[in-house]
Amino acid sequence: MEFLGLLNYWIIIVLMMTGFYIVIAHNNLVKKIVGLNIFQASVFVFYITMAKVKGGTAPILAEGIEVYSNPLPHVLILTAIVVGVATTALGLALVIRIRDAYGTIEDDEIEARENEL
Amino acid sequence: MIAAQYPALQVVLALLAAPVCLILRRPRAAWAVATVITWISLAIALSLLGRVWETGVILYPMGDWAAPWGIEYQIDTVNAFMLVIVTLIGSVVMPFARASVEAEIEEERIYLFYCMYLLNLAGLLGIAITGDVFNLFVFLEISSLSSYVMISLGRDQRALTAAYRYLVMGTIGATFYIIGVGMMYMMTGTLNMADLATILPAVADSRTIQVALGFLTVGLGLKLALFPLHLWLPNAYTYAPSAVTVFLAATGTKVAVYAFIRIFFTVFGGVEVFNAGFIPEILAVLAALAMIGASVVAIYQTDVKRLLAYSSIAQIGYMVLGISMVTVTGLAGTIVHLFNHAIMKGGLFMAMGCILFKIGSVQLDQFEGLGKRMPVTMAAFVAGGFSLIGVPLTVGFVSKWYLVQAALEKGWWLAVAAILVSSLLAVIYIWRVVEVAYFRPPPKGSAEVSEAPLSMLVPLWILIGASYYFGIDATRTLDIAFVAAETLFGPPQ
Repeated sequence: MEFLGLLNYWIIIVLMMTGFYIVIAHNNLVKKIVGLNIFQASVFVFYITMAKVKGGTAPILAEGIEVYSNPLPHVLILTAIVVGVATTALGLALVIRIRDAYGTIEDDEIEARENEL
Repeated sequence: MIAAQYPALQVVLALLAAPVCLILRRPRAAWAVATVITWISLAIALSLLGRVWETGVILYPMGDWAAPWGIEYQIDTVNAFMLVIVTLIGSVVMPFARASVEAEIEEERIYLFYCMYLLNLAGLLGIAITGDVFNLFVFLEISSLSSYVMISLGRDQRALTAAYRYLVMGTIGATFYIIGVGMMYMMTGTLNMADLATILPAVADSRTIQVALGFLTVGLGLKLALFPLHLWLPNAYTYAPSAVTVFLAATGTKVAVYAFIRIFFTVFGGVEVFNAGFIPEILAVLAALAMIGASVVAIYQTDVKRLLAYSSIAQIGYMVLGISMVTVTGLAGTIVHLFNHAIMKGGLFMAMGCILFKIGSVQLDQFEGLGKRMPVTMAAFVAGGFSLIGVPLTVGFVSKWYLVQAALEKGWWLAVAAILVSSLLAVIYIWRVVEVAYFRPPPKGSAEVSEAPLSMLVPLWILIGASYYFGIDATRTLDIAFVAAETLFGPPQ
């Protein structure tokens, strides 16, 4: 039961490491951005998971509702999602410019071309 | 009273002015808006510092939502000083930027530069002023995203890849930071720094908080380019437009150092983090490696802007060394160095901007005979170089003096040796440039004496002059730095 109870956290760790690995290991600039997204998504899940209160419902003021989940992390994560979207957009825009300039989006080919400059 | 709203205006003015630049589109108009807003921000920052100096901490609940539920701006001597550093550099950079940016960025993109600059300013000021750890993350990302864009505006195509790599590493750093914040929130249920400081000691022994501290350290270490997390910095500084390099080198990493100090000394102030787990030793070793390693690498650079970028990494080493001593003198040395390094490195990068403006390149072989061709600019470079080395009467000497004193108090002889070796290495890399510029004849057929316009030379000499003014009479900055350091060591408010 211990494992199942912490299932979300295990998923977070797997997602986080997958994303991080893609960022470090992949050569393709677009894939790196995707990896970065997975990495960030794991943090979103992390915040939402910790906000959950066992047996709690949505935080709405109504009769009969006494236990509710903490809404603050959800709000924080909305902000973080916006930041993540902005980062992705900017990153992809940079990839387009890099492709225009170098004719490739493979990191090693770009590096080779930079060393020639 | 409008003065009561200064803490909000400090950030909001620049934030609102950014889209105004986007609407105006005309380069000169955008420049005028950015300049006026920066100068007003400087006036606000100075008045805030004055008020903090006289009456103590200013608390400003945003939108009147009481802390710890609302976001509260907390201004003590430390962040008031940071606000002054950032706006002061901005105010000097703006007059410089007009001619420099016109020469280096295509005309139809200039308004974007000013828009991004204002966003960056708002972000940096926000980091410095806020008393809420999550709010700090948002401002960190505002300043980072805008700096990626500013770097990518560089003429060289390598600016694009530099911006991309900085984006990837910067985002990892910021994400690490929010993981740390999330873990702290998990254990304490609060995001307010003062509130965290009072609750954290009770849960400090839990593994969650220890892991949180690790994430925060690495995350902010990436942002402040602590060795070995500095890899994004050299290319970013080298290929960014000159005005961007000046502003980022003088403020960006400094504000990250401030955030680092804030987390360690205020948020974790009640927890004796420095007594457990070799944290000071690890930081001190990394700092010493940065000071010596980056200086050695700087010696071998053929691009002078890149040389200065590596020197920045070494200088960040000094700041981290001061932090790692965990004494009032050491921390005061760091804080005064934040200011001192900002003005001298700002000045040196401005000299690069002037040379790039006239010669079109800052490769070392292009410097031949530059001492004769651009005497005013090169004199500024040499004067700034003295400060970087730490010659007496310069600001560089003042900060090194206090760092050495702090190291002696602790009996850290190796740290003293590292400071001295790093200074000697600085002599070598500055000398290499001086030698080429003054002792080699100008190439045949090169233009006669011609200097960058006064709008660039005057800001350059203001910063270089300031690095002597505050070196000769350092009482003012040192007073502030010592009070700031004592505040950080004081009991959490």
